[in-house]
Amino acid sequence: MKQFITFLKKEFAHVLRDRKTLLILFGMPVAQILIFGFALTNEVKNANIVVVDYAKDESSQKLLAKIEASQYFEIEKMVISADQIEKAFQEGVIKLALVIPSNFASDLAHQNHAQVQVIADASDPNTANTLTNYISSIVLDYQQELTTNAGIPYRIMPETRMLYNPQLKGVYNFVPGVMALVLMLVCVMMTAVSIVREKEMGTMEILLVSPFKPLMVVVSKAIPYLLLSLINVAVILLLSVFVLDLPILGNIFLLFAESTLFIITCLTIGIFISVKTASQQVAMLISLMGMMLPTILFSGFMFPIENMPVALQVISNVVPAKWFYIIVKSIMIKGLGFSGIWKETLILAGMTLFLLVVSLKTFKIRLA
Amino acid sequence: MRTIRFLLQKEFKQIFRNKIILAMILVMPAVQLIILPLAADYEIKNINIAVIDNDRSPYSQRLITTITASGYFRLTGVNSSYDEAFGLIEQDEADLLLEIPAAFEKRLIRENENTLFIAVNAINGVKANLGAAYLATILKMYNNDLRLELVPSSNRIGSQPVIEVASSNWFNILMNYRVFMVPGILAILVTMIGGFLSALNIVKEKEVGTIEQINVTPIRKHHFILGKLIPFWVLGNIVFTIGLLISWLIYGIVPLGSLLVLYGFVAVYLLSVLGLGLLVSTICETQQQAMFIMFFFMMIFILLGGLFTSTDSMPEWARFISRLNPVSYLIDVMRMVILKGSGFSDVLHHLIVVAMFALVLNTWAILNYKKTS
Amino acid sequence: MDTVIQTEKLTKRFGDFIAANEITLEVYKGEIFGFLGANGAGKTTAMRMLCGLSTPSSGKATIAGFDVYRQTENIKKNIGYMSQKFSLYDDLTVLENIYFFGGIYGLSDKQLKEKSTELVKRLGLEREATKLVSSLPLGWKQKLSFSVAVLHEPKIVFLDEPTGGVDPVTRRQFWDLIYEAADQGLTVFVTTHYMDEAEYCNRISLMVDGRVEALDSPANLKTNFGASSMDEVFYQLARGAKRGD
Repeated sequence: MKQFITFLKKEFAHVLRDRKTLLILFGMPVAQILIFGFALTNEVKNANIVVVDYAKDESSQKLLAKIEASQYFEIEKMVISADQIEKAFQEGVIKLALVIPSNFASDLAHQNHAQVQVIADASDPNTANTLTNYISSIVLDYQQELTTNAGIPYRIMPETRMLYNPQLKGVYNFVPGVMALVLMLVCVMMTAVSIVREKEMGTMEILLVSPFKPLMVVVSKAIPYLLLSLINVAVILLLSVFVLDLPILGNIFLLFAESTLFIITCLTIGIFISVKTASQQVAMLISLMGMMLPTILFSGFMFPIENMPVALQVISNVVPAKWFYIIVKSIMIKGLGFSGIWKETLILAGMTLFLLVVSLKTFKIRLA
Repeated sequence: MRTIRFLLQKEFKQIFRNKIILAMILVMPAVQLIILPLAADYEIKNINIAVIDNDRSPYSQRLITTITASGYFRLTGVNSSYDEAFGLIEQDEADLLLEIPAAFEKRLIRENENTLFIAVNAINGVKANLGAAYLATILKMYNNDLRLELVPSSNRIGSQPVIEVASSNWFNILMNYRVFMVPGILAILVTMIGGFLSALNIVKEKEVGTIEQINVTPIRKHHFILGKLIPFWVLGNIVFTIGLLISWLIYGIVPLGSLLVLYGFVAVYLLSVLGLGLLVSTICETQQQAMFIMFFFMMIFILLGGLFTSTDSMPEWARFISRLNPVSYLIDVMRMVILKGSGFSDVLHHLIVVAMFALVLNTWAILNYKKTS
Repeated sequence: MDTVIQTEKLTKRFGDFIAANEITLEVYKGEIFGFLGANGAGKTTAMRMLCGLSTPSSGKATIAGFDVYRQTENIKKNIGYMSQKFSLYDDLTVLENIYFFGGIYGLSDKQLKEKSTELVKRLGLEREATKLVSSLPLGWKQKLSFSVAVLHEPKIVFLDEPTGGVDPVTRRQFWDLIYEAADQGLTVFVTTHYMDEAEYCNRISLMVDGRVEALDSPANLKTNFGASSMDEVFYQLARGAKRGD
């Protein structure tokens, strides 16, 4: 036990001495939470559009005024003809063009039917779609103002309630994702690299010939990162409660217990990678390319898993972050207890055990 | 110049000798470019809906059929109680639930109006919003259909003015999200490969100790930095080319604009990313540190680079950062040139900014590389 | 005699710690100068300053006539350096390392070709010439490092514990290389822990806690300290050391 503490001290000294890394270790979750909480939004706002108004009459002016009033658009005050639209798209200065034909008012007055043309830059299909929808609904509003008759018969009125996140804030989705991401990063990469580093520098051999059990060498490497990660969890939770106003509905102890489980899963992955690789660069590339991107993609916090091809949906099941993401969401936002997440917990625990056994086996073979 | 020749020979030999790294440099981006666009599909479809049908009338049946026929929704089941359906939401098996009240049909006809109750799992705000909007549209259609049947046609002829919105989508008529993602993801991959390799390189020499032997030679600092820059610049261009080939072969994306403009921009861009990497490399003492610092920048660059979410929608401070973010310029230019066929004059502004980054970062790296401590 | 290294009160501080304290010495052309001291005495620090790898905190020094503050790049043209830690490229072959460093020092293609063939032959590495350096045993790696350090025919070569961890036979061969080079007029500045090696030097200095405590020929030192061997001289001086391990 005394030996173990000596080792632990050495590892803590390594971690704490490297100020630059430490700064980033703690700066990372803060930066991520702030970026996700305040900068990233799937809403489309401030989109530059151009209006080509051939009509220039009262009706078209009214319609324009309505569009200008919306926060979604920034109307570029440029006068262009319809055939200059493509050029404007290519320069990337506008996202959408609205063309109001010269006979707009007269068509509306005499035929009760007028047309406006919307041309969207669909190289970004989502934005194009959203902007077209915004325009359509503004036009529809305008049309409704023109309509005088009320009292539509047989009305079905939907009453919609947004559960968990009535203001539809993005952070509800992102905070659990950021947690998974940061823990993954700190634990997998840091452990893998710090063990391989000792291998590369040759100091690992010194440790292994000491009377200390090799398993303990590895465990003492993992413990500082376990503690750092728990601090990170606390920081993320504090930020999300006090800065992002995202309350924790469920049991906080359960949340920490589950986080600890996930951290251990990640540490085991890190150890597994370190056993299998011989150079820091390879370990880094594997943990970066092999773990980070799948975590971002397959945990489901950026992109809906159900949209993916079936093969990828199957693959997503082996990504631990996916299960942790579900767990955090369930506890934090839905307020579920252990009964609601035992399945996911079991899967994570199973993965951890499996990885642990495999890496220990490989580790022993290496030594023999 | 002779010195640079020797440096280049050495770097290339080292790169080609390390088969694992080389394979990773070339294969990983390729694999990712094939897989990521398939996964990064933001289109909202397949929304799981649970229906609580308390009416069980022909009308409610018809409503359910209308919803499932729309193609957006997948019916997880018709439940008998709200609690049961709510359990599905808790388990993430349903995204949305629709409750049809008892005597829905009767009251609609008798009282001329009726209310349906919709509850949406709004943890993912975007999906919730769109799902609710889709459902509302479908309800409106259904409502209109009913009205047409119930109201005698003579009463319907009104004087309602109609403004039709004729919309057309340019550059991506099929509204394929992958077409949008592929150039962006390629931009990220080129950035990551260039950034990480260059960041790890000098610091590796420091860690292993070989830098001592270099520092004691009369080598010029800018020669040394150039010797590091060029090999990764070449590699970056190779990765980029592989990426373009994959986009063409797998996704059928052929750049509309000129390849010359594209390569010209990437050439300058790579210099800026490599400059950043080398700068980080000169600052750090260990590879672990370098990787971590680089990762921190990359993360911010990628998140604020407009790959997933438009930079226009960000608040002012974030838009300011994204103007200092080389990645956002590359993503922009890639999409402009590849998807819209933008020409040299369209990307000139981007090019100038990125060239400035390259100049500043590389100069800084040269100044920061100290042969004498 | 020509003086090729001249220092006066050369000092290097790291914060409060004085790694090298007012070192004053002169080294003459063609001499083998032994730089001795216990671990942590400040040998490597002092040597790094002389090589232009580290800027002194105070004091003066000229190497091959060039100032260590302002003319480090000129110094580097005139010296060779072999660091304590093996610092050639493990993932390059023997020949590739020779070509690379030769090229960096500005040797012509013809020179490179001649030198490398000659070097490989002299070191008896013909069969290993195209093997990766990482596959060589330590002793050969050290001999290769030395040869690379003198490849460009510098005026002075600095060797930092060149024979650490090497077997006695190889050590002997290594010193043959050193003698050979010194015979051709090369000045050798070498640190070592082996007292028998100290005897091979023309003159030696002994560092204790960052200071040079003794400087003379091995024979004179033994007489002055009334000792029968260099070991004893070293022990008498190093005993009072506070630093080191």
